[in-house]
Amino acid sequence: MNKNKTMPAAAHTENSTDTALLDVKDLKTYFLTDAGIVKAVDGVSFTLHEGETLGLVGESGSGKSVTNLSIMRLIPSPPGKIVGGEIVFEGQDILKLPEKELRKIRGNKVSMIFQDPMTSLNPFLKISTQMVETIMLHNKDVSKKEALERSIEMLKLVGIPSAEKRIFSYPHQFSGGMRQRVMIAMALSCNAKVLIADEPTTALDVTIQAQILELIKDLSVKLKTAVIIITHDLGVVAGMCDKVCVMYAGRIVEKADTDDLYASPSHPYTEGLIMSVPRMDVAHKNDRLFSIEGQPPNVIDLPPCCPFHPRCHKDMEVCRHAYPPTVGVGSGHEVSCWLYVDEAQRNLALEKALADEQHAAADAVQTNARKEAAK
Amino acid sequence: MTKYIIRRLLGIIPTLFIIVTLSFFIVRIAPGGPFDGERALPEVVKRNIEAKYHLDEPVIQQYGRYLFDVLRGDLGPSYKYKDHDVNYFIAASLPNSIVLGLISMMLALVFGISAGVIAAVKQNTWVDYTAMALAIVGISIPLFVISPIMQYVFAMKLKWFPTSGWFTSGGGWRSVVLPAIALSFSYFADVARLTRSSMLETLRSDYIRTAKAKGMRNSTIIFKHTMKGAMLPIVSYLGPAFAGILTGSVVVEQVFRVPGLGKFFVQSSFNRDYTLIIGVVIVYSVILVIMNFIVDIVYAQLDPRITYK
Repeated sequence: MNKNKTMPAAAHTENSTDTALLDVKDLKTYFLTDAGIVKAVDGVSFTLHEGETLGLVGESGSGKSVTNLSIMRLIPSPPGKIVGGEIVFEGQDILKLPEKELRKIRGNKVSMIFQDPMTSLNPFLKISTQMVETIMLHNKDVSKKEALERSIEMLKLVGIPSAEKRIFSYPHQFSGGMRQRVMIAMALSCNAKVLIADEPTTALDVTIQAQILELIKDLSVKLKTAVIIITHDLGVVAGMCDKVCVMYAGRIVEKADTDDLYASPSHPYTEGLIMSVPRMDVAHKNDRLFSIEGQPPNVIDLPPCCPFHPRCHKDMEVCRHAYPPTVGVGSGHEVSCWLYVDEAQRNLALEKALADEQHAAADAVQTNARKEAAK
Repeated sequence: MTKYIIRRLLGIIPTLFIIVTLSFFIVRIAPGGPFDGERALPEVVKRNIEAKYHLDEPVIQQYGRYLFDVLRGDLGPSYKYKDHDVNYFIAASLPNSIVLGLISMMLALVFGISAGVIAAVKQNTWVDYTAMALAIVGISIPLFVISPIMQYVFAMKLKWFPTSGWFTSGGGWRSVVLPAIALSFSYFADVARLTRSSMLETLRSDYIRTAKAKGMRNSTIIFKHTMKGAMLPIVSYLGPAFAGILTGSVVVEQVFRVPGLGKFFVQSSFNRDYTLIIGVVIVYSVILVIMNFIVDIVYAQLDPRITYK
C-alpha cells in the first residue's frame, strides 16, 4: 500500500516470534459479578513487532478494550481480574511486575489514548502541567524548562497551531479533535514503543476522524512506534493496519495480514463484517446493505460451543457443542472455525463433546438425586 | 472578574433589604407583642412603653423609622433587656461564636476531608467502614447527648478540660476544646461523607484513568489529579455550613456556657423581642450572603471551566 505498510511486513517475515516487542499469550480477563463470571477476554494471543500496526476489530463487548486495558493492567479490580496468560513486553511478563516497575512502563514505553478526548484530559489542570508531569516522571534528569520545550515540540508535531501559547490553556479551551491531538502528543512524549489507541476516533466527527488517523499513522512511522488500534470500523483497519485480529465474545476468531483478510476472509463472522461495510464499487442486492442477524452473545457463563453459531449461516452440529480449534489457512493467517477442520476430526470432536455432555448431565442427575435423598 | 465581584457585592444590598422587610412584617404578624406577659400591664403603663418605642405609630411609619436606623448601622434597642441595645448584644456575643465556629470548622474540615479521602482510597476495607460508621454516629447522635457525655468523660472523669466556661471569662484555652469538638461533630460527618462520595466519583472518571495510564504514582493521582475536582461539592456545602456554625449553636452554648450569639435566636423569639429577632436574622443573612459569595469566587478559582463576566 505504502512505505510503512511494506516495511514492518518485511521485518515480520525475517524475524521469528521471539523478537516480538509485545507478546500476549492466552490472556484471560474475567469480571466476577453477581450475575456470574463474565469472561470478557478468554484466551487471547497475539504478537506485535516493532513498528507494526495491529488492528483489533469487533463489536461492542467483544473484549477489545479489556484486552488492552489488561496490557496496561488498568482493569478496575474488583470486579475485574486477569486470571491467566502472559503479556511479555521486552522480555518481561507485565502481569508479574510489581506496581513500581509497572509504572515505569505505563505512559513511558506503552502509552494509551482513549475513546473520549472530552473527558480523558484532567479539566482542572493546564495542558502544560499534564504534559510536563508525564515527561518529568519518566525522565528524571529533565528539567521543567526542558520538559516544557519538549511538550511544545510535541504539540507542534501533532499540529496544534501556536503551541507556545496554547499549551498554557485548559482542556475545555480545545475542541474534541484538538484534545485528541493533545492526548496523542502526551502519549508519544516519552518515545513510547507501543501506542494503544482505544477507538481514538469514535467520539469525533467524521472530518476530524480522518485527520486523527492520518496523524497516528504518520507519527508511528516517524517515531517508529508500534500501534494497536482498537476499532469497530473496518475502514480504519484497511487504511492503517498491517495485521488484524477479529474478536468475538472475548476470543480472537481470525488473525491475518490486512490485505489477506480482506481478500479472503475465512471466518463467517469476518465475512459478514466485511460484507456489511458499504462499498462504492459493488451493487448491493435489493439495494440493502448486508447485516449479521441477531445479537452478540451474553458472555456470562458461555457454554463450550462456538459463540457465533446462532448467527452463522454455515453452522454445523459440531459448532453447537465444541469450541473450534485455531487452524492456519495461509501464511500468518489463522482462524477458529470448524469449517477449516477436516471432517474426521470434526466428527471425533463432536463425539467427544457429546460424550462429555452426557457425563455432565448424568452427574447433574446424580447430584440432584443425592440432594433429593438428603431431603 | 473585578466587575463580577462589584456586581455581586451590589447585589447584596437588595437581598438584605428584602430580608429586613420580610422579617420586620413577619414578626409583627405573629400574635402577641414584646410587652404582653402573663399578667396584663395597666393600660397607662403599656401605652407609655409603646410610645417610648414608637409602637403606637402606624406600622408603615415604624418600618420607615427602623429602615432608617438600620441604614445608619443601628439595630435599635432591645425591648426585653432595657439597658442594652441590639448592637451591644451582637458585638458582645458574635466574636465568641465566630471563634468557636472557626475552630470547629477547621477541625471538621481537617478530619472530615482526611477521613473521606482515606475512606475513598481504601474503599470497602475496615478503614472505610470505620470512618463511615463514625460519620453516621456524628450525624445521628444529637448535640445534647454528645455534649454532656464529653463533659462527663473528659471534664469530670479525666479532668483534662473544664466542664464549661469560656476564655473571655477566665476559662483559658482549655475551655474552648470541648465545645469546639462537640460542635464540629456533625460537620465532620457531613464533610467526610461528601468527600468520600465525591472522591469515589472522581476516581472513576476518565481523566484519572489517563493519569494511571501515564504511570503516575498513586499519591500524585490522589492529591494532584483527584482532590481539586473532588473538593467542589465540599466548597458549595461550606457556604451555608459556615453561616450556620459562625452564628453559634444554642445547645453547645447552653451546655458549655459559651457566651455566643446562638442563644439569642431562641430567646428573642420567645420574648417577641422584635428588634433583637430582626437583628440576629440580619447578622445571619449577611454572613450567609458573604459566604455564598466567597464560595462562588473559590469555585471559579478551583474550576477553570467557570468564568464570571
